[in-house]
Amino acid sequence: MSRIAVTFTLNGARRRVRVAPMKRLLDVLREDCALTGTKEGCGEGECGACTVLIDGRAANSCLIPAVHADGATLVTVEGLARRGGALSALQQAFVTMGGAQCGICTPGILVSAQELLLRSRGRVPGDAEVREALAGNLCRCTGYQKIVDAVRAAAREAMPARARAARRAPKARATAKARRTAKRARRAR
Amino acid sequence: MPSSRTLKPAPVSVGVSIPKLEAGEKVTGRARYVDDIAVPGVLHGRTVRSTVARGRIIRVELDPAFDWRGVVIADHKDIPGENVVALIADDQPLLAADEIRHAEEPILLVAHEDAERAEAARMAVRVEVEPLPAALTVEDALARTALVHGDDNVFKEITIERGDVERGLAESDLVVEGEYRTGWQEQLYIENNGMIAERDGDGLLVRGSLQCPYYVHKALMRIFALAPDRVRVIQTVTGGGFGGKEEYPSMIGGHAALLAWKSGRPVKIVYDRLEDIAATTKRHPSVTRMRVGVMKNGRLVAVDADILMDGGAYVTLSPVVLSRGAIHAAGAYRWRDARIHARAVATHTPPNGAFRGFGAPQTLFATECHLDRIAERLGMDPLALRLANAVRIGDVTPTGQVLKESVGAVDVLTRTAAMADWTRTRERLTRENAAAAAHETRRHRRRAAAPRPGSAPAPSARRLRRGIGLSLALHGAGFTGSGEVRLASRAAISLGADGRPVILTANTEIGQGTITAFSQLVGEALGVPPSFVIVHDPDTRAVPDSGPTVASRTVMVVGGLLEQCARAMRERLELFAETPIAGADEFRRVAKRFLRERGPLKIERQYEKPPGITWDDDTYRGDAYSVFSYAGCAVEVEVDLDTGETTVLNVATAHDIGRAIHPVLAAGQVEGGTVQALGWALLEDVRWKDGRVWNHQLTNYIIPTSADTPPIHVEFVDDPYTYGPRGAKGVGELPMDTPAPAVVAAIAHATGVRADEIPVTPERLLAALAAREKS
Repeated sequence: MSRIAVTFTLNGARRRVRVAPMKRLLDVLREDCALTGTKEGCGEGECGACTVLIDGRAANSCLIPAVHADGATLVTVEGLARRGGALSALQQAFVTMGGAQCGICTPGILVSAQELLLRSRGRVPGDAEVREALAGNLCRCTGYQKIVDAVRAAAREAMPARARAARRAPKARATAKARRTAKRARRAR
Repeated sequence: MPSSRTLKPAPVSVGVSIPKLEAGEKVTGRARYVDDIAVPGVLHGRTVRSTVARGRIIRVELDPAFDWRGVVIADHKDIPGENVVALIADDQPLLAADEIRHAEEPILLVAHEDAERAEAARMAVRVEVEPLPAALTVEDALARTALVHGDDNVFKEITIERGDVERGLAESDLVVEGEYRTGWQEQLYIENNGMIAERDGDGLLVRGSLQCPYYVHKALMRIFALAPDRVRVIQTVTGGGFGGKEEYPSMIGGHAALLAWKSGRPVKIVYDRLEDIAATTKRHPSVTRMRVGVMKNGRLVAVDADILMDGGAYVTLSPVVLSRGAIHAAGAYRWRDARIHARAVATHTPPNGAFRGFGAPQTLFATECHLDRIAERLGMDPLALRLANAVRIGDVTPTGQVLKESVGAVDVLTRTAAMADWTRTRERLTRENAAAAAHETRRHRRRAAAPRPGSAPAPSARRLRRGIGLSLALHGAGFTGSGEVRLASRAAISLGADGRPVILTANTEIGQGTITAFSQLVGEALGVPPSFVIVHDPDTRAVPDSGPTVASRTVMVVGGLLEQCARAMRERLELFAETPIAGADEFRRVAKRFLRERGPLKIERQYEKPPGITWDDDTYRGDAYSVFSYAGCAVEVEVDLDTGETTVLNVATAHDIGRAIHPVLAAGQVEGGTVQALGWALLEDVRWKDGRVWNHQLTNYIIPTSADTPPIHVEFVDDPYTYGPRGAKGVGELPMDTPAPAVVAAIAHATGVRADEIPVTPERLLAALAAREKS
């Protein structure tokens, strides 16, 4: 079978692979690149266990032919740790706060959460915002509570100290609360 | 040496939420699940299954046009031992030989080194079957439209009696009747089932995603007629179980092993989602009819319950699922008279099996819904009715078990009510619903008076109602009846060459925290930090049979054995060192010296039932469990009267699990179990066509996402149990018991419509609302 050369940046390193034209990115990552952290749960883009970042955006790698990733920058769960291998704030929060139970959905969830954190830099996403951002990643163990808590804790950690202090100020809290109340009221209507 | 513990305080870890010990591997992608393991020369196995529910195999034909080179094929004739998947009964074959009893029944196996060729080979097998009439429902099976099992299609029948039910009903002020139905539920672990098998010398090595290594071990010994020491089973990192990897891995392991045995090559069988949902076990659906006698003041007198569960085509675990269901059917209440009659029925559908709760959520659903119906009939607050009748210390269950200690029913109810602000919330929502209804009537009149044709209803025109419901449950920890005595579990701790303690059990980490909780219990008893303790992989060559990882038994039963082992080991080492040991460094030093001077050290303990426990399997009388855990749950919902959609807004739940060894992990169990139960109550609907699951995809079998899931507030009521390690009871299954009836009660509060069948899908709720409008 004819194979196509595909080049991408994977977790910071350039990779070149020769793949069958329709081979899924998921399989290329797991088989050709030997990165098995990215999981398959359904093969049809419903469970999100195969989520990776493609040019900074979370995507289901089971739905994407690897040839589409040509020239892209990819990040998988293996690329989330800090340089030197220390856990990132996000990973650490999952470990200490019970965000990972069986762990099979964890890589995909971490990648989706990473996208959210990148998007909401300098700000702690609200509970509902985290739940919405992770709605494409199924978890059957945790009931999501500890995952949401861990993502928000990591966001808090990542905030600059000044912003954290401002957030702690009563005024800021009142604003946040007012926002929540207004949102609830909107939803109730 | 009574003074040894007081000299240096042991590091405290029990009761403290230390980081989950294996989580670092999981958040970095380093953890190796079965499908992540590279096996040189591996063949990919596929399973040819029946497409009909019942029939006789006439012929199996291999498509002559297909290139069969390199394809390994195995059927029942290749089985060296018995064609059986050994469990409770020996009725289920590994591969159908002649008779087909359910759709998706395995008939033939193929394997190839290329996964795509293996799949193509599977498609190139044609099985000619003479279809026979099938009994696909419990009703058909009981009417004996076709015979599945014996001459009455009943796998197991249980009767539990205490007092005189007929007299009790006659003497009651009011008798309330009801019928409740629950549907199938798929466990839906995110990691599909999978196993790898290979020849290992003159024996077999089977690794995979599983809960119970010794179940697979036992099954393989029979299939291959091998002695125990020639079969080795190892659990790989497992991506969720919930009961779904209790018995089915024996089937997949047997299939992979048969292909490996025949080909001499390693064989991997990993199901895709479609096959996993279609073929593997589900929660038993149930029908429960209740008759309850109650006095006007709300005192419950007599309960008469009749339970039916659909077991599917083979016995598998149905008798014990039924048993747990029957025992829990009286709920956490005091009755003078009780009669519980339960039957597990055989149908020509894929066997149902273990799923978190194991029969209890089904019967507790009926009991709790019925309690709400009774409260409504009496005009009583559902909380008050439950508080008045909840079991307390000294009360007696329908099997005659006296509840001696750690009975938290009243406490969890009170806590739950406080967390949910029950009385005020209920009154407020009632008021708001009335106001919303009045507002809609006015708007309707206005619109009728001055219609504006063509204008779409504004978003604010949604007709929403809110409600709150509450439930109470108990859950027996450990195997039912004499189960634990028969299991006679053994657990051990040995000293590793590096002087660290090594935990040896067959209990598996499937996400719930076995590794961490065991390390905490053992670490604390040994006076070392949990991270110093090594937990050996569940490997039947290395670990004793400490029983399956099921039935909320891991911490309470096996953790208890480990605590005994650790205490004995510490005493042994302290006697040897003639000094108390505290801390990892000291432990390591003493342990290494012990290994040098005295040789290896391994301490094993076997289960012994707590004093005063008796059980009679024949009469179903006695202590069904050594102890029960308790939970209360309040659920607030919002119902859209026009779409029938129910949104869960809030969950508050209090649990009495004795004492939490690791509060964060325990809360994780509660939150996860709660959301599975919310899915069971509202979303998860297994649909059938001709005996096959047609919605066997994640696009059409819907489980809760983070966006569907409300915040869940969990509290633990501390009520230590004398015979649990550090006071612990079971937690794993309990949270599955309470949310569904609380959801139904909340919907009833919101809409006035009582759904007696779950899942309460929008279609079902709209039909009920329409029926009410009509009447």
